[in-house]
Amino acid sequence: MEALDKVRETEVWKSVFRPGSIFRKGYKDTQRDRALAMMNNVLYHLHPVKIKRHGLKLTYTFCLGGLSFFLFALLTVTGIYLMFFYRPSADIGGAQAYSDMLTIRNTVFFGDLVRNIHRWSAHLMVFTVALHMARVFYTGAYKPPREFNWVVGVILLFLTLGLSFTGYLLPWDQLSIWAVTVGTNLAGYSPLIASQVRFLLLGGLEVGPATLLRWYVLHVLALPFVLVLFLAVHFWRIRKDGGISGPL
Amino acid sequence: MATREETPLDQEVLDKTLQAELAKGTDRRVAEGRARAAGVRAYRKMHGEPEREAKAPAEREHAAAAAAGGDGGGNGGTAAAAAAAMAAPGATVAYAPPPAAAVRTAPAPTGRAPSAKPGAPDKHRLLALVAPEGVQRVEREQGDRINVFPHLLIEEFVALLVVLAVVIVFSTFVQAPLRELANPNLTPNPSKAPWYFLGLQELLRYFHPMIAGVIVPTLILVGLMAVPYVDRNPSNKPGDRKLAITLFTMLFMFGATLTISGSFFRGPGFNWVWPWSQGIFFEL
Repeated sequence: MEALDKVRETEVWKSVFRPGSIFRKGYKDTQRDRALAMMNNVLYHLHPVKIKRHGLKLTYTFCLGGLSFFLFALLTVTGIYLMFFYRPSADIGGAQAYSDMLTIRNTVFFGDLVRNIHRWSAHLMVFTVALHMARVFYTGAYKPPREFNWVVGVILLFLTLGLSFTGYLLPWDQLSIWAVTVGTNLAGYSPLIASQVRFLLLGGLEVGPATLLRWYVLHVLALPFVLVLFLAVHFWRIRKDGGISGPL
Repeated sequence: MATREETPLDQEVLDKTLQAELAKGTDRRVAEGRARAAGVRAYRKMHGEPEREAKAPAEREHAAAAAAGGDGGGNGGTAAAAAAAMAAPGATVAYAPPPAAAVRTAPAPTGRAPSAKPGAPDKHRLLALVAPEGVQRVEREQGDRINVFPHLLIEEFVALLVVLAVVIVFSTFVQAPLRELANPNLTPNPSKAPWYFLGLQELLRYFHPMIAGVIVPTLILVGLMAVPYVDRNPSNKPGDRKLAITLFTMLFMFGATLTISGSFFRGPGFNWVWPWSQGIFFEL
């Protein structure tokens, strides 16, 4: 204990934790320390010190928004791990992407589990985001002053679909290229821009190596970047608009 | 910091009001406040608005000139008030009580922007004055409030752990699909889109591709975004929102039905199958 106190006195420790942090002086369960615990915490970006009591009610939000965000974080972590072992190349004769998938499954340390987590939580995230939207509708939480945050939420829903769909192609197996072929054919019927949009999406006339590289970049970099920007606005607006809505 | 300039007031009225209020049994602090307000009002009634009006026009010109000629100068002073403050450094600005008129609009730059008090350290500069009307204010009722730490954080943490546990256990026992190497020349039968697009693929069976592939998705996107601007009903009570809830539920169920039908009831050639007799042609 004494050693710990000594560490707390060091300049380094003090530079890490702000004055008033519970890691500086220890935590006493008082109103003051409960407030300080939030105010000196990076989570202060997400949560205020106090919220309406009804905000705790599980059957109001079902935690769906928070869980979607958690799944996004989980997908980021598992996705980074998978990136170490995956090359988005599908040249004729040597489809690295597919052989890397086999390596991840069979030889990479925990590769199989991490890949399963990545895939299942991706499906789950699409599901929770959709349910989150339904919850927000049924509680009327899009009403003033939260109209614009609903619009941001719809954009986030479509970005989530985009992330899921671009990731779907990456294993480069029969399931993925044909699902993507069918999916992009759906978008290929627009009268004027049909073939141009499809060409732009696929990097060619049909799903091929160019598509794989293109969708890989979208999946690991472009779409997550845009999604995080909108997430920041989404969270910021929740607080600016007065916390979660309700009670009913 | 520096003391505020005393607002001139009518001492006589103040004393009189104070006595009257105290006689009524008002709390002393409240009585003093009311008496003071009455004194200031009485003074203004007699003397009109103090000095400010006489001084304003000259300074206003000054501020306008500064605002017009100001190129920001790296000071970020886009607000006219800031320009005014910079244009007249060191000028003492008398504290002027707000006009008695009840119109509350965002004040135009008057040239009366306060500058640093004489003698104050030259560290801070006023950039802009933001009228309360310029800030979106949220009515926050003093209600039953609880600390986020620990109550909300614990709840969120438990929810996170539960989902993490479920995902890990599920991923341990259920393999994600990986079929044979992609082959552009060999179309599997059936070929299905990812599950969230299967509603649209199902729709493609009944409608022209233009409708199922372009018009419906566009309507969904635009329609969803327009929801808060179309539904102007201010209530969030389910009883007051029967139409909105009915419409949304119907659309949501419609989408879910199409998705389920496209996922489990479509087999080779995307033809109808009964999953319990012919099997399920669906992969995540």
